[in-house]
Amino acid sequence: MSAAPEQSGAEVLLQALKAEGVEVIFGYPGGAVLPIYDAIFHQNAIRHVLVRHEQGAVHAAEGYARSTGRVGVVLVTSGPGATNAVTGLVDALMDSIPVVCLTGQVPTHLIGNDAFQEADTTGITRPATKHNYLVKRPQDLARIVHEAFLVARSGRPGPVVIDLPKDIMIHKAPYAPPCAEGHPSYRPRTEPEPEAIARAIAILKAAKRPIVYTGGGVINSGEEAARLLARFVRMTGFPCTSTLMGLGAFPASDPRFLGMLGMHGTYEANLAMHGADAMLAIGARFDDRVTGRLNAFSPGSRKIHADIDPSSINKNVPVEVPIIGDAGRVLASLIAAWEADPAAPDREALAAWWREIDAWRAKECLHFTQDFAKGAVIKPQHAIRRLYEITQELGREVFITTEVGQHQMWAAQHFRFEQPRHWMTSGGLGTMGYGLPAAIGVQIAHPEALVIDIAGEASILMNIQEMSTAAQYRLPVKIFILNNQYMGMVRQWQELLHGGRYAESYTAALPDFVKLAESFHATGFRAESIDQLDGVIRAMLAADGPVIADIAVDPKENCFPMIPSGAAHNDMILSAATEGRAAGITDPGLVLV
Amino acid sequence: MQGNEGLRSATISVLVENEPGILARVVGLFSGRGYNIDSLTVAPVDETGRQSRINIVTSGTEMVIEQIKAQLGRLVPVYRLADLTREGPHIAREMALIKVIGSGEKRAEALRIAEAFRARVIDATTENFIFELTGATDKLDAFLALMRPLGLAEVSRTGVAAIARGTRTI
Ligand SMILES: Cc1ncc(C[n+]2csc(CCOP(=O)(O)OP(=O)(O)O)c2C)c(N)n1
Ligand SMILES: [Mg+2]
Repeated sequence: MSAAPEQSGAEVLLQALKAEGVEVIFGYPGGAVLPIYDAIFHQNAIRHVLVRHEQGAVHAAEGYARSTGRVGVVLVTSGPGATNAVTGLVDALMDSIPVVCLTGQVPTHLIGNDAFQEADTTGITRPATKHNYLVKRPQDLARIVHEAFLVARSGRPGPVVIDLPKDIMIHKAPYAPPCAEGHPSYRPRTEPEPEAIARAIAILKAAKRPIVYTGGGVINSGEEAARLLARFVRMTGFPCTSTLMGLGAFPASDPRFLGMLGMHGTYEANLAMHGADAMLAIGARFDDRVTGRLNAFSPGSRKIHADIDPSSINKNVPVEVPIIGDAGRVLASLIAAWEADPAAPDREALAAWWREIDAWRAKECLHFTQDFAKGAVIKPQHAIRRLYEITQELGREVFITTEVGQHQMWAAQHFRFEQPRHWMTSGGLGTMGYGLPAAIGVQIAHPEALVIDIAGEASILMNIQEMSTAAQYRLPVKIFILNNQYMGMVRQWQELLHGGRYAESYTAALPDFVKLAESFHATGFRAESIDQLDGVIRAMLAADGPVIADIAVDPKENCFPMIPSGAAHNDMILSAATEGRAAGITDPGLVLV
Repeated sequence: MQGNEGLRSATISVLVENEPGILARVVGLFSGRGYNIDSLTVAPVDETGRQSRINIVTSGTEMVIEQIKAQLGRLVPVYRLADLTREGPHIAREMALIKVIGSGEKRAEALRIAEAFRARVIDATTENFIFELTGATDKLDAFLALMRPLGLAEVSRTGVAAIARGTRTI
């Protein structure tokens, strides 16, 4: 028998967090978590960052996690604290981001009594998390915390909630280190089967029109997976495209990179997907934003799909060769098998394929026209191009987060990412209000780096309170608002699909963002026309603290190319000239989102 | 997918850690993703009571059933699962308690049919019988159809318990 435990549950919790290497918690206090805050007060190893809304805490933890590859940690109180966190949890679930969220709970004897600030947190968050726990006995506490970290970061990563009743935090509890044998039932597979690798190589070696399609799984796997991806693409000479989530896994400057694919992807990426005869998908999940109409998606390709989550395979698109495993391990095996295989790839066919792709590229689908006359209106695409170019001149490490809307898609199209973990955007859930708190999390993890939230004027208002967090911790995040006065993406759909009836997509009475910044102890700049753009960008980047740069852009600009919902990749709309229902938007497409 | 073509029924057995909420997790997975549950049973099956077995009868296209298995397989408390319908011969049984109220010729007819189905009378008054019947789902369905005009008043069914034939285990 071991001695009676000396530490309170809250102290055991912190000991377990320290053992997991946690350095920072994003949180917000309340009655149910006061014992935990008391324990935090008594130590220095773990830093607490006080957000201004629990949704912000989760997004900040996501930004921290995505930019570092570590687990982000959140602490919120019971009831409204937990329910406020739900959007962030679903966001992390959809984008496979490792987060552990500690929620306070009423004491165990009150659970089920509709006590003050009681909510059925495990019930509410069950479909919002990869897994969740309610700690009912002190002797389970340490085991559950360690298990939660294992579940959050391994396999397909995701958010895990631990619901902590107040009495469990106050009463004494024993500590136990992580279990050496691993989890009894949860054992994700990371090592691919050699037989599947061999079948994949046979298809790839015989390919005449191959394509590599990569997603966030490559980024989640780690830097090594990105290095191996670059090696594989360069040794095979295959074209490579990426999902929104996967940007940065393969360098955008490499000529083999076709840009992003999907709804707002490039012409060359989508037509190459459509025309391919062999597809290697790695760490991507054939999301509807990528595939468009399913029965017209890459109809002639033999498909190989590598993913760590078996439920991603054959979910939307049937594939010939499933490979279950970690993206990095899969790429290492593919490289070894490609080199060992004596068959020579069809270099002539590949060269012809590249000539076809280059002809699509020559369309310059991301082209736009910026008028440089004094007083001319700023094109949003140009603003992002200049932001990119000027940050490159500075030579600093740059992390980009975004909100959700047209500006997000323009950022994906016009900002170029050379490395993984430098691009943080809400892909699966498309959560407006993601970018600012995520930028705060990134900046906490990378104090010296330049962290920029490319924002829309509507989205930024959804978590604008986090300016106060940025000010408190002197986090020099830069908020670059492409202010078109509209919920631009909504307006674009209304223009294309609803006869130009702009119901509720115009925001009247927007705040003065310069004064707003100043009221949050930050700096504000505004650019009204093209002649002011570069100056504002340079001033923003040179300023010490947090900045809001309000860039007035063309309110009617639409984001192209676009594959309308329910259309095929080769039904892409390239420009305003081909807009509307005539351009292939079908009635079945109208019901899609 | 459209229509009923390619639909198949599947009996899936899942061995799970017996933690609070596991049933909600499984049922929530089915309702959240729009899968069918035709029948579901659950009970602890090991000596310590730490592991439970859930038997689910579901239906869908081959792609949907493979998806159901993959989704179940990635739940953290799931140890193993088996698609009994696909993996070889198996036995599936359920039990029903059936209350039939009536008198005269109908009552006599109900008893005759019960004997033919080997249903046991486990309780009776002058106005009613309660039958206990164990068998495959279609046998229970057939029996209930025959009882309907004879005064069928109430049914309590367990849902399917299933196991692979021979030496194969989950
Ligand atoms: C929380 C939330 N509510 C609603 C939406 C639907 N939505 C998608 S984009 C968008 C407009 C965003 O406007 P803005 O931030 O100004 O970006 P823009 O498209 O103008 O660049 C809306 C309302 C969403 N994605 N998230
Ligand atoms: Mg806008």
